[in-house]
Amino acid sequence: MTTVTTTPADDRVVTRSALSLILARPEVGALIGAFAIAALFFAVAPAFRSVGNIGTILYGSSTIGIMAVAVALLMIGGEFDLSAGVAVTTSGLMAAHTSWYFGLNVWVGVLAALLLSLSIGAFNGYLLHVTGLPSFLVTLGTFFVLQGVNLAMTRIIAGGVSSNSLSEIDGFDSARAVFASSFDIGPVTIKIPVVYWILLTIVVSLLLLRTRYGNWIFAVGGDSAAARAVGVPVVVTKIALFMGVGFAAWLLGMHLLFEYNTVQSGQGVGNEFIYIIAAVIGGCLLTGGYGSVVGASVGALIFGMTQLGITYAGWNPDWFKTFLGVMLIASVLVNMYVKRKAEGK
Amino acid sequence: MSALEETQARVGDNPVLELEDCGKSYGNVHALRGVNISVRQGEVTCVLGDNGAGKSTLIKIIAGLHDYTEGSMKIDGVVRSFTSPRVAQQLGIATVYQDLALAPLMAVWRNFFLGNEIRKGIFLDVDQMKRIAGEELTKMGIVIPDLDRPVGSLSGGQRQVIAISRAVYFGARVIILDEPTAALGVKQSGVVLKYIVKARDAGLGVIFITHNPHHAYLVGNHFVILKLGRVVLDAHRDELTLAQLTGEMAGGQELDELSHELEGAQPGKVVAPHEVDHGALAAPVIDPEELAEIAEETKEGQ
Repeated sequence: MTTVTTTPADDRVVTRSALSLILARPEVGALIGAFAIAALFFAVAPAFRSVGNIGTILYGSSTIGIMAVAVALLMIGGEFDLSAGVAVTTSGLMAAHTSWYFGLNVWVGVLAALLLSLSIGAFNGYLLHVTGLPSFLVTLGTFFVLQGVNLAMTRIIAGGVSSNSLSEIDGFDSARAVFASSFDIGPVTIKIPVVYWILLTIVVSLLLLRTRYGNWIFAVGGDSAAARAVGVPVVVTKIALFMGVGFAAWLLGMHLLFEYNTVQSGQGVGNEFIYIIAAVIGGCLLTGGYGSVVGASVGALIFGMTQLGITYAGWNPDWFKTFLGVMLIASVLVNMYVKRKAEGK
Repeated sequence: MSALEETQARVGDNPVLELEDCGKSYGNVHALRGVNISVRQGEVTCVLGDNGAGKSTLIKIIAGLHDYTEGSMKIDGVVRSFTSPRVAQQLGIATVYQDLALAPLMAVWRNFFLGNEIRKGIFLDVDQMKRIAGEELTKMGIVIPDLDRPVGSLSGGQRQVIAISRAVYFGARVIILDEPTAALGVKQSGVVLKYIVKARDAGLGVIFITHNPHHAYLVGNHFVILKLGRVVLDAHRDELTLAQLTGEMAGGQELDELSHELEGAQPGKVVAPHEVDHGALAAPVIDPEELAEIAEETKEGQ
């Protein structure tokens, strides 16, 4: 690495080489990991090599990625959301129950679900602000509340553990076209959530790196007292981040609802950790103030590849979770190592 | 001594910030009472005081973090009370806190423009922000070649300068420095004092909060000492010597009393090492057989 002296007054500050500048990006660890995983399954799983499966892998990744992008943004802002997993189910159930119970056009249900999801996010953020408790605790509470509501409301309205099918109700086809359609690019079938995932990654990444709101998010996560002192609206920023998670939960919830016509009321539990892991693999610090949206999407891609790669390779899928745990710790170690290497010139 | 002449020429000017009988109480605790301070542009006003004297409360009132409960605060002769730090900033009062209000993991340029970002359309104008940040820091005399470095990797003095030059750039007329030299070494403190003089020469009113009278006397035009929430000394530089300031700061009369008490202490006396007579009690001796028995009993008991 080059060590060019820049100022005669203080020769401890030296310019960093291009390589270390690239390595200093938070998403680098995840990219290296993604290439390693892809190479591994390329070698051991013949089905992984077929072009047609790209669509399947991307689809699997997108159902994690849509949420991981919002969760990563929230984590950079210094907070957690443990209710993110069940919030997806809550959103789907809200749309299904509203349309079915009142016999309304499904779009009414879809809008009601959007309102509910944004309100849950706003509520989480507001409760955090009012109580001053850590978000881990506040959203753990919301997690259990939503889990109970999902089961109980579904039992009351649909009389079971899944919502009633919406396929006969007005507006189903148009809603399905928006949230759960697919198209072909050559031999690859792309499902629509993949498009949403990529769009969301681009838009949110621009928001984070190239707008003032992104600057505020980094600041409230890095040092919220400092942010407040220079006039950043800390409370509003945090509430908006929670509402962003709510929006992503709604988008994914709508996809799952119109893909399968019904929603299982017990779904989603445990997924919140998968989103957090994807964000951490992507370079987000658990303490906030540092991370990358693109990294979180790459983290989601690693998940998608692993999930299908294990099946394609003919391994016992029971090992999936074990594999994830190992990967989480390995990726955090790699991230730490890369960061230290890059910052230590 | 052109700077001194300049200052003296300005003394007749109206103060930009004026506290009259200002006070703050938290419930039944009077943290600050009857404080009168006038801050003029182009002057350094030093506020001294020991820990718990009310310095922090005073800063918080002027910075807009807390509102005062007694008296009045005038900006340009108009009575104001701030509802948030943003209002204070808009009136040209900037605060450089002890912890500097910099986010350690963020790049230098992002920190410099935090809360006041320059935009081109909806997006940040990164190039211009980097250019301005670099220029402003160079004006203050520090060169940071890589503005993408996280602030946390810079030295304490450099961070202080970033915070000061940020305040100067964003149109501050009054700049409050909260113990800027407290956590720094001798050399770094000297660097910061130099920037205080630079800020004064740029025509700013500087409020320099410190508990070090030596640092204060090096740069101050006006000195205010707080004790237990009250002003105990309010004097111009002409009326004071460093010895007087140090004496007042250390407690003045209290120090006299203390020195009477300490008269018999004979500083410089060397005392022989302490020798202790140990007690006459012998250490207990236990028969090994007895010990084995006890051990066995405990085992059975379990």
